[in-house]
Amino acid sequence: MSKMTRRKFLSVSLAGAAAGTFTLSGKAIGAAGFTGYPDGMGVLVDLTRCIGCRTCEAACNEEQKLPAPAVPFDDHSVFDELHHGGTQKRRTDENAFTVVNRYEAGKEGQPAYRKIQCNHCNEPACLTSCFVNAYTKTKEGAVIYNSKVCVGCRNCMVACPFRIPAYSYSSAFNPVIRKCIFCYDTRLKFGRPPACVEACPQEVLTFGHRKNLIKVAYERIRVNPGRYVGHLYGENEVGGTSWMYLSGVPFEEVGFDTTLQKEPILANAQAFLSNVPMVLSIWPALFLGFHRLATRGGEGAEEKPATEKREDI
Amino acid sequence: MKSLVKTGYRPVDSVADEGSGRRWSFLEKLLLGLTLREYLRQAVRNPLNWILGALFAVGFPLIIYRFIFGLGVVTHSSNDYPWGLFLGFGLFVMVPLSASGFLMGTTVELFGRKDFKPILRIALLNGLLGYFFAVVYLLCDLGQPWRLPYPMVVAWGTAAVLFLVGWHVATYLTVQILEVSEAFFEWAQWPMAKQFIKKMTIGLTIAGIILSTLHQGALGALFTYAPSKVHPLWYSQEFLWIFFFVSSIFGGLCMVIVVSSIVKKTMFWRADEAFRENLDRLTIGLARGSSMALITYLTIKLLGIAHDNEWAYLATGWGQWFSFELLFGVIAPMVLFAYGIRNQRVGIVRFGALIAVLGIALNRLNTAIIAFNWNLYQEIPHIFEWIIAFTLFGLYIATYRFILYRLPIVYSWKKVPVEAYAKATEKVHSHGAVAQPSTVSREMR
Repeated sequence: MSKMTRRKFLSVSLAGAAAGTFTLSGKAIGAAGFTGYPDGMGVLVDLTRCIGCRTCEAACNEEQKLPAPAVPFDDHSVFDELHHGGTQKRRTDENAFTVVNRYEAGKEGQPAYRKIQCNHCNEPACLTSCFVNAYTKTKEGAVIYNSKVCVGCRNCMVACPFRIPAYSYSSAFNPVIRKCIFCYDTRLKFGRPPACVEACPQEVLTFGHRKNLIKVAYERIRVNPGRYVGHLYGENEVGGTSWMYLSGVPFEEVGFDTTLQKEPILANAQAFLSNVPMVLSIWPALFLGFHRLATRGGEGAEEKPATEKREDI
Repeated sequence: MKSLVKTGYRPVDSVADEGSGRRWSFLEKLLLGLTLREYLRQAVRNPLNWILGALFAVGFPLIIYRFIFGLGVVTHSSNDYPWGLFLGFGLFVMVPLSASGFLMGTTVELFGRKDFKPILRIALLNGLLGYFFAVVYLLCDLGQPWRLPYPMVVAWGTAAVLFLVGWHVATYLTVQILEVSEAFFEWAQWPMAKQFIKKMTIGLTIAGIILSTLHQGALGALFTYAPSKVHPLWYSQEFLWIFFFVSSIFGGLCMVIVVSSIVKKTMFWRADEAFRENLDRLTIGLARGSSMALITYLTIKLLGIAHDNEWAYLATGWGQWFSFELLFGVIAPMVLFAYGIRNQRVGIVRFGALIAVLGIALNRLNTAIIAFNWNLYQEIPHIFEWIIAFTLFGLYIATYRFILYRLPIVYSWKKVPVEAYAKATEKVHSHGAVAQPSTVSREMR
């Protein structure tokens, strides 16, 4: 009896294991070696040119029809704003998709400015963490959002390494995620640069094909090595972003997270996700086998109905 | 209830009143065989009801307030801290503490350890309610809770870990409802339905193992999306889901110890002999199981630090907090269990289990809230957020007790033999007239 069971147990387990392996090889999850979208557009942000005029903020506000700010865009006192016990500078929120901050990091006492907005990752963490596919990476390179399916779980905000998506916490009936969408609906779709790029008087922002922008950036570093720290932020961070930065001061001094990984964020969950087909296919056979062994080939199971009949109502 | 039992009252635990043989009506079963007046009188005497009443009086208006004016008015959830107590406590703490259903189901139904049967149903109920209330917390936290079915029917984000969590929690909730429904069908006297469920037991149990392995781990894997936000000591790309899965094993088992201890202390009248007499022995058994999981957990926690070479962090303030979590939540229960099991001291074991449950809670809160954004700033949840979280927990306790009072969870539903049933119908039903259980009743399970 027990011999029979063991054989049966082995055969079902093996079948399960085979099914698991097959499923695994058939389904490629993950992003190793992902190089992004060849034809995607992007913006190169040259921080060495930025003077903190906030024209880009105003242009964005107008283009996206956002409410008027508490402090006008020509008022530079906002750079002194500090939040959360003086530790945090301004950040993007539901009414401001881009924000410029000032840092006392420049050479010879010159302040440095940094513009922040959604960086439009090649393999966005917000997109891959969303369980209703509310995000789309368009062929033009924009990461856009569909408020019609959003459940409001805010996992995208947890996942974004740049802390960009903002949430309309004040809305009870239709709270949504709000962030820069690369002016996709009004401009990018038609091949035009986003409003902030067009408005910038200092040519801080350069719009173009992402792959060309990388060449432009390295050319600037080559021609003027003293002006830049030799790194193009966003070229490889979290799998690369459509918006990339050049800076004259070390990136961590102007609020960038320089500890980010090179692989897309999705790669981190890959090891776990690849267990899924394995568990789904192996567990039933394995535990049914354990059950048959533990109950002496189902003897225990067979004696159960007999007692049940006696016991039942 | 205790004083009622002293006066000779016996709660409903069978198809018909044992004295008169009269069948209990549905309403009588709901009121535990008391009249409405008697029922209300005992409810008013119960101090827990006063505490819950006060909590609900403040909490429910706040919940309504939240649904009218949005999350912003009751939480400090922000663009930097998207998840607060509702998920940090309600989802990430409640779910591992509810692993008991699949663990005991596996032990009893799959591995054939019938000796654990007296606590099987409380473990299943603990699992069901824990998951159910995790969903209630989730509904309170979601911006658009009415869209909760969206990942099931409208839009599939199949590559997301949260998709897995959503689907598995939903299907596992169904599995657990079916598992617990057996007790309900006994109580409601629908023998056919019970038979139908019973036939599915093994299938349901195996489904439970699959779903639990995946989503307990998936909750951990959720944080692999935030490598730059969770403190390195709590973050481990490779081990995070294993940490969550393994800790849910002792979390679930220890929660059964804690809950059954509370039942023994406060609901002794409701428990039957099988539960009363076996509980101490089974508690030690559960502690043995938990010890194995605790040791495994401690080992892989250390392995996780070694793997990412994070020893240097242990010397920092965060390292002290991390060490405290391990010392308090893992090593202390291990020591208490070792002593308690060796000397058969059930009280020590129960205390150890309570510590382990608190330890799990601390670990999940650390990962989701405290060590999250460690390099940003600390966020203390809004007072209303605490109140709502406690209110929902109070609701959980009230529901738990409501079901334990009625359904055959810690007692077995008895059958009155035909002769006693046919005997008397004209007799007026009274609580004093109780026949000897040995002669008229028979074990159900």
